[in-house]
Amino acid sequence: MPFRLALLALLRHKARTMLALLGIAVSAALLLDMVMLATGMRDNFQGFLLLRGYQLRVAPKGTLPFDSDATIDSAATLVAAIARVSGVVAVSPVLGAQSQTTAHDSTVTAFTLGIDPRVQGDYELLRGADLADSVSIVANERWLALTRHRLGDTVQLAVGYDPQLRTVVGQRAFIVRGVARFFYTGTTQPTIAMRLPVLQEMGGNARRDHVSLLMVKAGDDVDVEAVRARIQAAGARVSVISLEGATAQVEQRLAYFRQLALVLGSISLGVGILLVTTLITIGVNERAGEIAVMRAIGVAKRSIVTQVVTEGLLLSGVGAFSGLLIGLVTAQWLERILADFPGMPATFRFFVFQPHDAGLALGMLGSAGVLAGIYPAWRASSLPIAGTLRREAVA
Amino acid sequence: MSALVQVRDLARDYSMGSGPVHALRGVSFDVEQGEWVAIVGPSGCGKSTLLNLLGAVDSPDAGSLTIAGERVDRLDDRAATTFRLRRIGFVFQRFYLMPALTAAENIELPMAEARIVRTERRARVQELLGYVGLAGRADHRPSQLSGGEQQRVAIARALANKPALLLADEPTGELDAATGLEMIDLFRRLNRDGTTIVVVTHDAQMAAAAARRIQMRDGAIIAEAVT
Repeated sequence: MPFRLALLALLRHKARTMLALLGIAVSAALLLDMVMLATGMRDNFQGFLLLRGYQLRVAPKGTLPFDSDATIDSAATLVAAIARVSGVVAVSPVLGAQSQTTAHDSTVTAFTLGIDPRVQGDYELLRGADLADSVSIVANERWLALTRHRLGDTVQLAVGYDPQLRTVVGQRAFIVRGVARFFYTGTTQPTIAMRLPVLQEMGGNARRDHVSLLMVKAGDDVDVEAVRARIQAAGARVSVISLEGATAQVEQRLAYFRQLALVLGSISLGVGILLVTTLITIGVNERAGEIAVMRAIGVAKRSIVTQVVTEGLLLSGVGAFSGLLIGLVTAQWLERILADFPGMPATFRFFVFQPHDAGLALGMLGSAGVLAGIYPAWRASSLPIAGTLRREAVA
Repeated sequence: MSALVQVRDLARDYSMGSGPVHALRGVSFDVEQGEWVAIVGPSGCGKSTLLNLLGAVDSPDAGSLTIAGERVDRLDDRAATTFRLRRIGFVFQRFYLMPALTAAENIELPMAEARIVRTERRARVQELLGYVGLAGRADHRPSQLSGGEQQRVAIARALANKPALLLADEPTGELDAATGLEMIDLFRRLNRDGTTIVVVTHDAQMAAAAARRIQMRDGAIIAEAVT
């Protein structure tokens, strides 16, 4: 009976209840999005780094991968040394540079990766062929669109352009062999890849036997942290970053962002609580006479409290479920906006739906519903019966 | 055998801005099992205060009140609630039915609170609706019923848990004369069937129908009359 009475009390003022539900749904949607954003970025970042199973990154001492233009010298020796470390199954060297090509009276500058195609973990080939020889490149759709090149075209690429002297360090002809999707560069960023020795050669002395980054894969049943420590011990001039370490560093950098998400989520939760409390308190005040009558005919305080708290739970529950749907839709919309940010990797997701997050948001709103019902429930259950009936009679 | 209701030196004061108001000043009387008592008097004489004390919705400042062998004046809030649920039936001037519930659900409400099983509740609802002459109105909401019909539903609700005492506060106050007479007939039938009734009323015909009248003024009993 308390459930039915609570439901009927809410249905008595349909428009008011609908508006309150909408308000709660918006609060719930915002809360869900904030939870998805706060936890999703971290979780997604781990998946992002693990796309090809490389758990460790080796970067120049004191930097994060591609955090600066710094490179690691004597790369071949280091790669060989790391490959010998117990537990390591693959080492993928990567050199990053800017390349220029002229297309229809304009110069297209591309982020260029020098990689080893046998162990690369930076792209997936969509069409065409991989880097079979030293004249092959693979490019993303953006580069092809800007340069108006197609598979099989021959292009002139220059590396090490000095805008003041208008000179380049290296220049060569390449054939576009494949179209690829690059994991770690933005969809709007023109990107190409070629064999590592070729890019090192084109970069001149400054790039010869240099790499920007090494990606290291440890065996499945190996303690990755132990492998990390062994590599770090073998190479004092590099920073070896594990997934956890990278996540921790990113988390540190995203701390302000997550705090903002937490504050916004808390505000939306607080607004939801206030909204439900206000609505139910108004309802209790309007029904003071009915509640006094129920008490007079022997309905226990406990039943009144149950009824009022159930109202709060119903409002927050239905609102939260609606908010879940709104939150998912708005997350997708925001994701599309954020994905268009310059330099944003195509594979990176800000909002990751996880049942745990939805459960957390629903749980928080459910608790908020109970919390919101406490004050009006206390108010309803402590109404003086005789006095309220007398006031109702006079009214 | 002792009386069903024993009221002894009952007093109740209210604090008002201008000082305490002595709503009841040492009222004493008994109500026997199966009796129908009307409490009459001018407005503000303490009738409703007395009814609230008899119904355990208010507590006296002094005196004792025993109903069906239970010291009502000593009950705490929880015990008083249970007492009202099991032993008292309330009928109000303005019916006070739950507007969102049907007639049947209104009658079922105190039985659900008393945790009577659903099948038994439904059977009792049908029995009571038939008793008050509303067998065909079970699914009607209060807004779809006339004042007289609403008061009949309220009476059925008051009888739901087979109370020891039926308390009515101006039960004909909101009804027209003809419907008021029907209500008096219903009370008469209730009393004839064994229900003990205490009714507060300004209605002379309702008061005359009762077996005994208690006249109050300024918080005290000034006269009693037996038909």
